Amino acid sequence: MTPRWRPWLYLVPAIVVYGAFLLYPIGRSVQFSLYEWDGLGASEFVGLANYLGVLTDAGLRAAFGHALVLIAFFALLPLAFGLAVAAVLNRARVRGLGLFRTVVFVPQVLAMVVVAVAWRAIYAPDGPLNIALTAVGLDSLTRAWLGDYTWTLPAVGIVGTWVQTGLVTVLMLAGMARVPREQYEAARLDGAGPVREFVALTLPSVRGEIAVALTLTIVAALKTFDLVYVMTAGGPGNSTTVPAYEVFQRAFRTGQVGSAAAVAITLTVLIFGLNLVINRLVEPREDR
Amino acid sequence: MTTSRAETAMNYLLLVVVCAFALGPIVVVLVTSLQPDLGGGGIAWGNYAEAWSQGSFARYLRTSALVSATVLVVALTASVLAGYAFGTMTFRGSTVVFSLVLVGIMVPTEAIVVPLFYDLRTLGLTNTLWAVAFPQMAQSIAFGSYWMRAYFRTAPRSLMEAARLDGASERRVLWSILVPVGRPAIVTMTVLVFMWTWNEFLIALVMAPSGRLRTAPLGLANFQGQYTSETALLAAGAVIVALPTVILFLFLQRHFIRGMLEGVAK
Repeated sequence: MTPRWRPWLYLVPAIVVYGAFLLYPIGRSVQFSLYEWDGLGASEFVGLANYLGVLTDAGLRAAFGHALVLIAFFALLPLAFGLAVAAVLNRARVRGLGLFRTVVFVPQVLAMVVVAVAWRAIYAPDGPLNIALTAVGLDSLTRAWLGDYTWTLPAVGIVGTWVQTGLVTVLMLAGMARVPREQYEAARLDGAGPVREFVALTLPSVRGEIAVALTLTIVAALKTFDLVYVMTAGGPGNSTTVPAYEVFQRAFRTGQVGSAAAVAITLTVLIFGLNLVINRLVEPREDR
Repeated sequence: MTTSRAETAMNYLLLVVVCAFALGPIVVVLVTSLQPDLGGGGIAWGNYAEAWSQGSFARYLRTSALVSATVLVVALTASVLAGYAFGTMTFRGSTVVFSLVLVGIMVPTEAIVVPLFYDLRTLGLTNTLWAVAFPQMAQSIAFGSYWMRAYFRTAPRSLMEAARLDGASERRVLWSILVPVGRPAIVTMTVLVFMWTWNEFLIALVMAPSGRLRTAPLGLANFQGQYTSETALLAAGAVIVALPTVILFLFLQRHFIRGMLEGVAK
């Protein structure tokens, strides 16, 4: 029989690194969040004041509001596109699906900084987007896409849509491919049209994939940092700040370390809650 | 299943449109990176050489390679060992410890980076390779232990038992039998950890503020700050930074797609 301590011997390296550089810092973040500290001088215990700030501080409320807008662009739009594209592709056998999967997945493997540089070029005042708009006679729509109080946040959001749509489409295709062809034939014999077929057969079959897609993309939206840091630095004004950007600014630029930690912990709790809720929603599927 | 010709044709059209949407911005960057200066003509391959030297990309790529290699070696080893224990051994406390590891997969970097910076600064460790690499190792170990456990749980028991009966030690069973058989799982984990580390921005930005240890994505961000108007050079820099992960993806795409869809990490 192996002695009791044997398994722990194998776990030591993982536990040490993981404990010291992930678990312990989380605890420290919680601790930081209860203090007011500028990063240099003495700190003062303030209880939950920093968390209250998350609810009342106009800048922080705006940042979380922007994150909500980004969720629409990072999660909902890609889900709608992905479902539609996969459902249509699933109806007829086409060749080249392998190549298609590869191509639409590419945005996922690029560093966000690369993506940001690419889209800055596209959105530039004399960039391809404005040139294209002018070419088709829509001069009135051209603008400085990243210098506009109304349009910059959606412009950043569209980048998220671009990054996530491929991943979601590939997920949906994988889920739909599992439905036996006979079920579609039977549905058609019963006279079901494309819409009926989608609602009654296709949609229920990809419930699990929808949950996975939503989890991945909403978390990505909530964690957005690189994109904002490189594309807009939160501007113009503070029209594109997001929670992660506020964490960075407050912790390392404006000397509000406690507030930064409170925002970070709030973000973490949101992400955990979201995982829980989405998993709960699809759980019945696991029982079958 | 019968489908009309019109429908098949429409599907091909849809394939092309979606691919164009995915590739459009990439094509824009490639075209921009080869654009000559005003007045010049032809294809300006020289932009790459200029970006390479002006942006010090050789140095940044070297730093990125060093960070990635360090993270990979430690995270892979620790994950294989931990996955072996979680997946093949029954012991008190295994469920609790494993749940703690699962938590780590969901924790966003923002939740650890603030105290990591200030605590490591106190220890005088910021601006070192370790400050940049260790937090990323921890994140990758969370995913890796989960991923390797899943493999070890499905590894053929009969093979393990036969080897044990032949007198092979626990360690030998792991390194000479299970690891070679589990190569696909290990390759998947390797490419994901490499990609995450290569592309990581926030940790590299915060943990090495002096700029001596700038990784490639940071170098690119910095380059953009300095040469805002040099669109062509900037695009060339972006291509240089993206190339390693894209090439790896093209060769091992099945591992990427499988890992990112099944791993449901990060």
